[in-house]
Amino acid sequence: MKFISLKKNLSLHLLYLILSMIFVSNVNAKNIVSIDASEQSTDVTQSSHAQLEKLIPQLQVKNFKKKIASVKQLADIKNPQNITILEALLDSRLYYQKADKSVVIIQKKDNQYEIFSPLDNSKIGLVEKKTIKKITTNNKLRKTIRTLLAQKKVSHTDLIIRQAALKEILTSSDASLLPVLQQAKTNESDDSQKELLTLAIALIEVDSKDRSTRLSAIKILGNSVFPRAKGKLEQVLMTNEQGSFIEQDKDIIKASQKALKRIDSKLSLFSNLETLFFGLSLGSVLLLAAIGLSITFGVMGVINMAHGELIMLGAYTTYLVQQAMPNDIGLSLIVAIPAAFIVSGLFGIAIERGVIRHLYGRPLETLLATFGISLLLQQMVRTLISAQNVPVITPSWLSGSLVFNPAFAITYNRIYIFFFALMVFASLMLILKKTSLGLQVRAVAQNRSMATAMGIKTQWVDSLTFGLGSGVAGVAGVALSQLTNVGPNLGQAYIIDSFMVVVFGGVENLWGTLVAAMTLGITNKFLEPWAGAVMSKIIVLIFLIIFIQKRPNGLFPQKGRSSGGH
Amino acid sequence: MVTKSLRKLALAAVVTASTITSAGMAWAADTIKVGVLHSLSGTMAISETTLKDTVLMMVEEQNKKGGLLGKQLEAVVVDPASNWPLFAEKTRELIEKEKVDVIFGCWTSVSRKSVLPVIEELNGLLFYPVQYEGEESSKNVFYTGAAPNQQAIPAVDYLMNDLEVKRWILAGTDYVYPRTTNKILEAYLIAKGVKKEDIMINYTPFGHSDWQSIVSDIKKFGSQGKKTAVVSTINGDANVPFYKELGNQNISSEDIPVVAFSVGEEELSGIDTKPLVGHLAAWNYFMSVEDPGNEAFINKWQAFIKSDQRVTNDPMEATYIGFEMWAKAVEKAKSVDTDAVEQAMIGVEVPNLTGGMAVMNKNHHLSKPVLIGEIQEDGQIETVWSTEGTVAGDAWSNFLPGSKDLISDWTAPTKCGNYNTKTKKCLAK
Amino acid sequence: MIINHFFPQFMHKDTGGKLLLSLLALITIIVVTFNFLVAESSAWHMPTYMVTLLGKYLCLALLAIALDLVWGYCGILSLGHAAFFALGGYAMGMYLMRQIGDRGVYGNPELPDFMVFLNWSELPWYWYGFESFAFTALMILLVPGLLAYVFGWMTFRSRVTGVYLSIMTQALTYALMLAFFRNEMGLGGNNGLTDFKDILGFSLQSDGTRIVIFSLSALALAMGYIASRFIVESKLGKTVVAIRDAELRTRFIGYKVENFKLWIFVFSAMLAGVAGALYVPQVGIINPGEFSPLNSIELAIWVAIGGRGTLFGAVIGALLVNYAKTYFTGALPEFWLFALGTLFIVSTLYLPKGIVGLFERFQNKTSENKLEEKTA
Repeated sequence: MKFISLKKNLSLHLLYLILSMIFVSNVNAKNIVSIDASEQSTDVTQSSHAQLEKLIPQLQVKNFKKKIASVKQLADIKNPQNITILEALLDSRLYYQKADKSVVIIQKKDNQYEIFSPLDNSKIGLVEKKTIKKITTNNKLRKTIRTLLAQKKVSHTDLIIRQAALKEILTSSDASLLPVLQQAKTNESDDSQKELLTLAIALIEVDSKDRSTRLSAIKILGNSVFPRAKGKLEQVLMTNEQGSFIEQDKDIIKASQKALKRIDSKLSLFSNLETLFFGLSLGSVLLLAAIGLSITFGVMGVINMAHGELIMLGAYTTYLVQQAMPNDIGLSLIVAIPAAFIVSGLFGIAIERGVIRHLYGRPLETLLATFGISLLLQQMVRTLISAQNVPVITPSWLSGSLVFNPAFAITYNRIYIFFFALMVFASLMLILKKTSLGLQVRAVAQNRSMATAMGIKTQWVDSLTFGLGSGVAGVAGVALSQLTNVGPNLGQAYIIDSFMVVVFGGVENLWGTLVAAMTLGITNKFLEPWAGAVMSKIIVLIFLIIFIQKRPNGLFPQKGRSSGGH
Repeated sequence: MVTKSLRKLALAAVVTASTITSAGMAWAADTIKVGVLHSLSGTMAISETTLKDTVLMMVEEQNKKGGLLGKQLEAVVVDPASNWPLFAEKTRELIEKEKVDVIFGCWTSVSRKSVLPVIEELNGLLFYPVQYEGEESSKNVFYTGAAPNQQAIPAVDYLMNDLEVKRWILAGTDYVYPRTTNKILEAYLIAKGVKKEDIMINYTPFGHSDWQSIVSDIKKFGSQGKKTAVVSTINGDANVPFYKELGNQNISSEDIPVVAFSVGEEELSGIDTKPLVGHLAAWNYFMSVEDPGNEAFINKWQAFIKSDQRVTNDPMEATYIGFEMWAKAVEKAKSVDTDAVEQAMIGVEVPNLTGGMAVMNKNHHLSKPVLIGEIQEDGQIETVWSTEGTVAGDAWSNFLPGSKDLISDWTAPTKCGNYNTKTKKCLAK
Repeated sequence: MIINHFFPQFMHKDTGGKLLLSLLALITIIVVTFNFLVAESSAWHMPTYMVTLLGKYLCLALLAIALDLVWGYCGILSLGHAAFFALGGYAMGMYLMRQIGDRGVYGNPELPDFMVFLNWSELPWYWYGFESFAFTALMILLVPGLLAYVFGWMTFRSRVTGVYLSIMTQALTYALMLAFFRNEMGLGGNNGLTDFKDILGFSLQSDGTRIVIFSLSALALAMGYIASRFIVESKLGKTVVAIRDAELRTRFIGYKVENFKLWIFVFSAMLAGVAGALYVPQVGIINPGEFSPLNSIELAIWVAIGGRGTLFGAVIGALLVNYAKTYFTGALPEFWLFALGTLFIVSTLYLPKGIVGLFERFQNKTSENKLEEKTA
């Protein structure tokens, strides 16, 4: 069952992905009347209309506590129009006109606003922004509205609306909902929905007066990994100051303990899975950051301290591409990949031809000169663009997470980046192993003078190799722009980690880089829960220092020729 | 040969030394010099560059009005480059070499701590415009940003009373401001009857970018049925990935609201705001507040910086208030002498940009209103709650055992930054 | 020549070194005269900020000598020398913190301020002993020395060299930086140690103390230079140079290469520690930022610009870059990074032997000219 819903979720998501790329600009269009006609079968009586008229102006009060009270009253009125009003309030579309303080629902139209009557959705007119003012909401108010709306929709005919409503109820159900939920359960046809309703009812019935109802509710909770189920059971097992249970019934205590144990064993499995995924995801970020370096450093022996800045340039390219096509955020990200490759690649070639070329055979000097370049690039971005961070927008298909069950979900952006990193890795492998450029690169790396003797233009190969490594750094920047800040200092955060990954993996070995990145990522994440974020990083660094003493050429040393000495 | 070149060198050294010395001489002052000590490069440039521009704008403004005491103001800008020892060095340079009469500067606590001994030794005057951890009151420093009781405690009150939060996550970057603020908040929450197991405290390093595990922990901690909120003292750069991760792990602002003390309009203008919408921020100023003074300030700023996209924020208001107060105090004292201005400062009133008056108290901290707002999609923060009147900044927190008996009062006869009310002694010697 | 009487035997041929030491003596005399003896009201008075600034430069120059010793003569490009510097600085900082006594803002006689407001109840064990200056002085040498010994022992024995070694040292200083940033370390976290009052009973804010610390820095720099010169001129130094130029051959001849490297490395780390210890009372703060890998890279650049493998070149580089930094951050605050970056690139590209190399080239030319004149 769960597998099916997962599949559904995935395919739905793919659909979104494609749709969003085609119709991104249309996503924002919303319908004023979002409740379908079948809902409006109840009689609209005169009295409910009058109640509406009386309550609506009260939504304008400043005090949120009073506003919440009005909203609750509004929800009780037997008039379907109340849902329209509440939804408008939730979506920040409920305004009032400054002139006569009349409440209206608005719809943005070009630079103006169409206003509608909250009583019957009839159009009133077209006004300027200045003449109206938003009715503000706060966190608590929105939560209240959501819960109220969910109660009304838990028996809705549309399954998707029902699911959303139930999800909302599950986050905060109180005992008064019991009849509504039981009613909904008897009418429910969908199996997974029915299961959730059972859980929602069990969450309430744990506190019921009847002993057998409680026991069966506890059993139901024990089968769920829903976080509130655990919370509820822990509440049952609360102890007083002397350490004895507040609950008197021994059977209830026993059952709860058993149920809790069941939940915990499941949860620990999921939490390990989750940590593993976190580690892989961190590893893929490290891989992206380091892979360009493993070419420039690993294959060419050039220590490029400006590598981080090439990543930063890639991230800035993403920003500029987005600025150029503000209506197609999803597409802009795809366009940014080759763009960033080219920008960083060209910068790389320029650095190689301008500076590094003159320093071959002097790796330590290269380090110092490229450090100078990194300072220049940072300050260039600060001067040309801004010292401030720039906003890079995340397209909707990169937000949210893939939910396996309430205890285990992984985020889409991380999944994408994981596969993206692997793709970049595979393409680089292909270039190095299957193309003539790759052959020449490897030849030059292994024996420069012999390669020259064979007629390879080593200088040209050097430029292209460096350009390739830099371009890949730029591509990494596109991915990182989705995870972190895009600012002049972006590169600095990754440079040391990148060097560690390359050295750990073994220079001149892309596979080593892959394994090293993943190992470091996973180790870091498994250490983090008990050592903390900083300590785990320190432990990993110390481990690396010691490891390199044992195996100075990394995990996968190049066979034959020594690559450490110069 | 050697002796000859030695003689030459000695001569050169004497000449250089004497030119350096004469460069350090005081010139007859025909302008009033305003030192600007904000990082223009390095990690803090992101935040501090704006404040440098704000001071330059205020100086220009004041000169248009005819300067002060009949003299024009002259801004002296230096770049301490986000390097803490350099802050101390530049302060010394500003005071001893440039002979500035006042310094506007610093952002991080460590930069202020670095400057403090120098400014006290040379008896200079520093206006510090950023919210900070308190636990300090120097005769030579005026703190125009918020103390913890002007930001953190009202925010927690709001969460507790209006949002009925029962479980608390105090998340911060590992440095002194979050550490102290969280110590204060923890003591405050426990005093309010919150149990220890309902408080989770977490620290992360600067610029932390991988929030997966921590957000996952927050989610687990917060979805046990009790209303949970995050009180975030996470510093600048680490915020974006944090909020992104919250959004991606499907934690909405209605499930677990986050109230932040370091996220303002300036920070919001540099990020994709979608994942932050509905989360909270606590400050003494929001750009969105409707007030004629604020509108004028925003227009002035955008004209000065030549961009109608640039936003204003709380530290800018604090800089504005500090500058206006200093100008008033100079007029009042009819001098730019540190001691005279210092005494004249106390009690000076300047209109807040959000309405009402800011007052400089005896402890060199301001009385200001506290606003709590929700972050909007356009990067603005919309007020959802504000204090009735102003709140006086507390130099020493009442919730820390080490400082609960301390007060600061720079008026006669106490004239002490850390006066112990129990032992009736001034701890400073 | 008469001037040689003032210098030890091994320095007689070291023209640069003799110039440097003479200049150092001269500057010290000038500073003492114009800051301390000339009245403050006089136009000839040297402002105190110049003294601390110069003192800071001298400490950094000593640090540069320490790096040049291992890099220029031993071929070990340590990108973690800032760590030894910072450790020496922290040791001194801890002593200075203990000297504050009950003059902290909370008036706690035992605990530093940052421990009081973080509710620490007692002093952590590693703070014991730092109330004594003798113990501190020992630690200033011992802590960086020990770290260098452990790290070097592992690294040189397993023959990690070149770029790998540089990256490992960078990892070391980075790990230390992260560790010192933690407030749990009990060393002030990000804020570090600051607000020092006095040293050995003398107020740090008095001009007299400043002059003494400045003179001590000059003395330390001179001693450091002489000691380093002694080492590189001795048999040990010759062996080390041999290792730099042909490590394998030296090893085959029968030298225990790792031991030579190790002792030079340890000595260099101690030198860096002393530099750090003198630096802290003059700048008034020590914080984890000093461990930053960027600092170590910058340090390498000072040495490269001055001319590595010459010792006095390192001093010139350190003084020049730091003076440029001071000047540019004041004169061109928004563009100084451009200037600095360009300086680094240009000097590595066109001055492979640094400024000293430039002089040598010039000198060679003039001597060639002289030769031509004579033959003509």
